[in-house]
Amino acid sequence: MSRPTARAIAAAVNAGGSTRPAVETALAACAGDQLNAVIRVHRERALTTADRVDARVRAGERLPLAGVPIAVKDNLCVEGLPATCCSRMLEGYVAPYTATAVARLEAAGAVIVAQTNMDEFAFGSSNETSCYGPVKNPVDPTRIPGGSSGGSAAVVAAGYVPVSLGSDTGGSIRQPASLCGCLGIKPTYGRVSRYGLIAFGSSLDQIGPFATDAADAALVLQTMAGLDPLDGTSAPHAVEALPGGDALRGLRVGFVPGHAEGLQPAVRAALDATKARLQAAGAVLVPIELPHERYAVATYYVIGTGEASSNLSRMDGIRFGHRAEGADLRAIYAASRAQGFGTEAKRRIMLGTYVLSAGYYDAYYKKAQQVRRLICRDYETAFAACDVILGPTSPTTAFKLGEKLSDPLQMYLSDIFTIASNLAGTPSLSLPAGRDEQGLPIGMQLQGPMFSDARLLAVAQALA
Amino acid sequence: MPITEQQVRHVAKLALLDLPDAELSATARQLDAIVGYVEQLSQVDTTGVEPIANVAGLVNVLRADEPGAMLPTAAAMAIAPKHSADAYLVPKVVER
Repeated sequence: MSRPTARAIAAAVNAGGSTRPAVETALAACAGDQLNAVIRVHRERALTTADRVDARVRAGERLPLAGVPIAVKDNLCVEGLPATCCSRMLEGYVAPYTATAVARLEAAGAVIVAQTNMDEFAFGSSNETSCYGPVKNPVDPTRIPGGSSGGSAAVVAAGYVPVSLGSDTGGSIRQPASLCGCLGIKPTYGRVSRYGLIAFGSSLDQIGPFATDAADAALVLQTMAGLDPLDGTSAPHAVEALPGGDALRGLRVGFVPGHAEGLQPAVRAALDATKARLQAAGAVLVPIELPHERYAVATYYVIGTGEASSNLSRMDGIRFGHRAEGADLRAIYAASRAQGFGTEAKRRIMLGTYVLSAGYYDAYYKKAQQVRRLICRDYETAFAACDVILGPTSPTTAFKLGEKLSDPLQMYLSDIFTIASNLAGTPSLSLPAGRDEQGLPIGMQLQGPMFSDARLLAVAQALA
Repeated sequence: MPITEQQVRHVAKLALLDLPDAELSATARQLDAIVGYVEQLSQVDTTGVEPIANVAGLVNVLRADEPGAMLPTAAAMAIAPKHSADAYLVPKVVER
């Protein structure tokens, strides 16, 4: 892929070049999408935005993302544009306000060209639960792109846009980045404001970028990160620049020996190769244990569905979204929701309602919150002994469309390596690490302690 | 203890989801498989472990109680399926 990076596009525009070539190229690529990754192209809005960026640059402003075309996941609100979470429930919904993360990117000169396909309400690991149909993997269209941010991963991997936005609740940025062959980061919880991100699991959700390299991801993350009065959980921590110097010499790289078990052989080989490269570059490999990580998927499917069932209770057919007819208010709610939500959304709402219901709360939700604390402590212990943790992002490369759709539990287990850092709030990224024998991308996951996002990106950049 | 169809019906009512009788048994089976998997949490010794709700340790984040910009009524109404100039329209909920 020899497409220009976001940095190169911004540099050219800031040097006096027009925004048009890069924006037109991205618009044409999105309009010609054959992967079902793009659900809406916003040509007029993009050209108007681009003209405004040109005028600002002519007036002497220098913008970090001047003229950079971006695509955003369909669960991010942009004033005046639909935001449906790829669900019939939100068909016809037009956002009356803009997400803070998106507003900051646009203020920095970025140009939204398209909105991307996703699993319905971000419930899925294969982008097959979208009401608009599945996204195809850009490397092999018979395979899934990963999910839930499958569209945002595919548009970057296919080269339509240099960067895009996704959201990650249990791996929804990192797993599709891994399976499509691009870089994706789930920032530290609180790093990026969630205002305007349609909520799935409020204690787990983070917005993050997809990019072709770590420096572009860092540029986008730095631009949108930081405290936001509109999100009470956003963090006051300063957003660091990428550390300079040698990111790898002396770096203590933790790895969990058990992670090498049960991997597809090519993924295991890529893990071994990455370790060898790190060692050759002067990093020190440190075996560590995360004793409660094996409970992460179970913990997540209690906390994540509990929070989702609560968050999705606002989808009632009254104030926005799909409304069914009914004799009384209750009948309208129940029919609107039954017609609007797809199978997986209903399943998660039911599960979440069950674990929060009277008589089960202590056994499931409270228990999961206790195990979640133990998972956090595991990381604190591990990061006393190492600076980053290396492992596979996904146990396999992209699977076939339809392969896991009828078995929800198997689908949930495809996030086995990514979920723990959502529970702990720690930052985590997936970087491209070669291909398997069929040419399918493999990703490696790098995790770090709270607010080590910049360091993770520096390590990823050094490994590129 | 497997999840019964009666429990599924109860949960669907709590979740405000119309669930056709034809889907009850399949839903019970799927929920049962997932809940069965989640049961493994009972193996973890959590004696004396405080449940965690926010990973950053935040409790209450307060701000000054001052009026600020808000969504104009017309903008909120414009996205509602049924509305008047300043109200959402629903069937009568109070009999008198």
